[in-house]
Amino acid sequence: MTADLKKKAARQGVPLIDGIEKVTGRARYTADLEHADALVGRILRSPVSHGDIIRLDVSRARALPGVVAVITGDDCPYTFGVLPIAMNEYPLARGRVRYRGEPVAAVAAIDAKTAERALDLIELEVQKLPAYYTSEAARAPDAVPLHDNKPGNVERDVHHQFGDVAQGLAAADLVREEKFSCAEINHAQIEPHASFSEYDPLTGRLTTQTVSQVGYYLHLMLARCLDMDSSRIRVIKPFIGGGFGARVEVLNFEIVTALLAKASGGKVMMQLTREETFITHRARPQTDIRLKLGMTKDGRFTACECEVVQRGGAYAGYGIITILYAGALLHGIYDIPAVKYDGYRIYANLPPCGAMRGHGSVDTRHVFECIVDRMARELGLDPIAVRRANLLQAPTRTMNDLMINSYGLPECLDKVERASRWRERIGHMPRGKGLGMACSHYVSGAAKPIHFTGEPHAVVNLKLDFDGGVTALTGAADIGQGSSTMVAIAVAETLDISLDRIRVVAADTAVTPKDNGAYSSRITFMVGNAAIDAAKRLKAVLVAAAARKLEARPEDIECAGEVFRVGGGAGNQSSLPFADVVAAALVDEGAITVKGSFTCPPEAQGGKHRGGAVGSTMGFSYAAQVVEVSVDDATGRITVDKVWVALDCGHAINPLAVEGQIQGSVWMGMGQAMCEETRYLDGLPAHASLLEYRMPTIMDSPPIDTYIVESHDPNGPFGAKEASEGALAGFPPALVNAIANAIGINLNELPITPDRVIDALIERRRRAKIANALKAAS
Amino acid sequence: MHAPGPPPKKRLLRLNVNGRWREDAVFETELLVEYLRDVAHLTGTKTGCDGGECGACTVLVDGEAVPSCITLAVRCDGRNVETIEALATQGRLNRLQRAFHEKLGTQCGFCTPGMIMAAEALLRRNPTPSDDEIRIALSGNLCRCTGYVKIIESVKAAAGADS
Repeated sequence: MTADLKKKAARQGVPLIDGIEKVTGRARYTADLEHADALVGRILRSPVSHGDIIRLDVSRARALPGVVAVITGDDCPYTFGVLPIAMNEYPLARGRVRYRGEPVAAVAAIDAKTAERALDLIELEVQKLPAYYTSEAARAPDAVPLHDNKPGNVERDVHHQFGDVAQGLAAADLVREEKFSCAEINHAQIEPHASFSEYDPLTGRLTTQTVSQVGYYLHLMLARCLDMDSSRIRVIKPFIGGGFGARVEVLNFEIVTALLAKASGGKVMMQLTREETFITHRARPQTDIRLKLGMTKDGRFTACECEVVQRGGAYAGYGIITILYAGALLHGIYDIPAVKYDGYRIYANLPPCGAMRGHGSVDTRHVFECIVDRMARELGLDPIAVRRANLLQAPTRTMNDLMINSYGLPECLDKVERASRWRERIGHMPRGKGLGMACSHYVSGAAKPIHFTGEPHAVVNLKLDFDGGVTALTGAADIGQGSSTMVAIAVAETLDISLDRIRVVAADTAVTPKDNGAYSSRITFMVGNAAIDAAKRLKAVLVAAAARKLEARPEDIECAGEVFRVGGGAGNQSSLPFADVVAAALVDEGAITVKGSFTCPPEAQGGKHRGGAVGSTMGFSYAAQVVEVSVDDATGRITVDKVWVALDCGHAINPLAVEGQIQGSVWMGMGQAMCEETRYLDGLPAHASLLEYRMPTIMDSPPIDTYIVESHDPNGPFGAKEASEGALAGFPPALVNAIANAIGINLNELPITPDRVIDALIERRRRAKIANALKAAS
Repeated sequence: MHAPGPPPKKRLLRLNVNGRWREDAVFETELLVEYLRDVAHLTGTKTGCDGGECGACTVLVDGEAVPSCITLAVRCDGRNVETIEALATQGRLNRLQRAFHEKLGTQCGFCTPGMIMAAEALLRRNPTPSDDEIRIALSGNLCRCTGYVKIIESVKAAAGADS
């Protein structure tokens, strides 16, 4: 990077390296790929929530002119999934259906109309079974198990205790316990799901281009479900219109599309409707939480006891991870002497839940931060002071064996306290206005990989050739978060060359080294480190070439701003421009390729207790935020006037992108807090459009002032940690706390719709009336 | 049930797309977004929903921002349609494109073409919009990445820039 560009990057960051494609409409997303000669894929979905398939006759569909392939569960006897221990889902249902909308059969035809007519000709008879739409109903003693090996419909129960909770609660001056309920929500990325597969029967090769954030896992599952040798498969990620976790699992329609391509011996384009995209789901589950907290009168936590019940939907997916995260991330942000966690992941007859931004941590964090605030109020303590009374000190290890090497939360608190003028304003807000705050954190990638292959966590290849361009090859999926730009900056800064010299080729399993994908905010930490490692190796090659050319020792070579010179001495040193050094390096060698990698050491990979790997990470991001609200107590309408948020991302490799990620995550937390909710009527989605699934529009969206805190993690790339998820979980509790500050009501259900505000106000009035009546009577 | 029924009728459509007149035979039921993407191969215009909900398909018809996914192609007969592909001319980004790029008004980019076209319609009729005017003009365009903060900044920057 040139000195000018470097200064610019340090000050404000750089635009996305693929931004021009996006603003000109040239960026090709899956549905934009040339597919005029492809068949059209369509999926038949179960009309009932739970039942045994007693007849599935596709003969009339197959006979329809223009239909090329019809497939059912009989065509794929293999389950799929990302977690090897929890694969209990078939691409097309076999024997039993477990949610309304589950894929049952699929068609490839010459056009959409024919494919849709063919679906209508498929005859499906299902013998209904009792269906369960709440955790409570699914857990009832007489409930029919959705999966035979999971009695009571409990997919996984987790029981962890660290420290002496009974003793901690006994030592508290104040103990409070509350129950909360958080609605199920959806990622609602703006690009609907799509997948494009081409199978060539002459060569036996399959190419799939799809919306996946995890091309590697998809590649593995395509080999498994299509019974193909893995080396005959190629998975390519085109531009992706958002993910937020929607695409971190292998998804049924991706495998179905490939199965159709193989069955028809050609190309199949599958574009799901928005409704189907919602039904594919895999987002944040409906969650019931009971949390008990002990506090001394000066605000120190003494113990925490938490029970979480997640309604996980019909299949396992990432559920085990979600329920483990919900408990593991009670740790790692504050110093709590004792923590007990009981978690239950429940099967129900609804679309499967999965990972969504802030995976597993958000609802638990919400409840914790709300209760802390209420107890602070009760004790007459300032909410920020209570957080300060319970800070950790890095480096440290948590009770559940998570590694913390950097901890910028104190500075985050300082920043938002000052920026929001908290001290002057809290307690002096005009009627109907309030301030609230909360903290949150998140992992920078899971330190323990899902597949124990012994491979590094990330590998980046660099190629330097005659043209003087550096091509970075990475499997990391850029889904709009700017990971390819991050890789380019990491390489350019390490080599001290212009950013324009770098090309990034990402996420094509035939070309790029394997990468686990875009999830758990792993890319900046892991792929960033691998990119720096690769660039250092390339730099060593260039320095050696410059040394040969300048007849100096490599250790005396300095390189800066694309100039290599012999350092140390003053005056007229000989120097070489970058192009000459590249030419020298290619002599006798030709094109140079180097590889960099990154591996999380064993001490980062979590505790030895069951489930101890979940929550383990190389570094936590930390965030604090203050939310200002106006509450109309006649209508229950909440307006968010402003948000101040500070995030410790270790080091901002691209400050512009970090700001964008902070704003986006806070805003997504706002959607969950205020209006987002998936609702089902007897298992039928009642929310499956972008009108009925209400997310904030530009009209509802407040200014969000961001403050970047840099704690310089000793292991992070240039000291960096994650920036995309950590700030989300703080918004809902900061909002609830702000509403309490404004009008004195406590809300224990998400989302906070005007109805819920009004109900709470009515309830308060009713209680006041009763209290007055009792007073009068006594 | 999709009954076989009589095939829909085709009609000759003559319209100006991005400065060039073209003639195509299109089904009367064909939507403008289908025409633009499948016939004119202008895939910059996106479909993000099942009809009229998200604004990703916003294009200009005679300078006015319309959702092309609920507009029949034949309704555009004799009219001027502009898509995102028309904005960059002579190797230069339009002021909104430049601002969305430089200010990170785009992240995943999927809503971006529609967002920029809606903003373009606004700036043509109101070169110096207030924050509220920007919000109203873009209220039919959903973005899931940015929280809209940098979108508003981008439109303001574009309004302040020389075009």
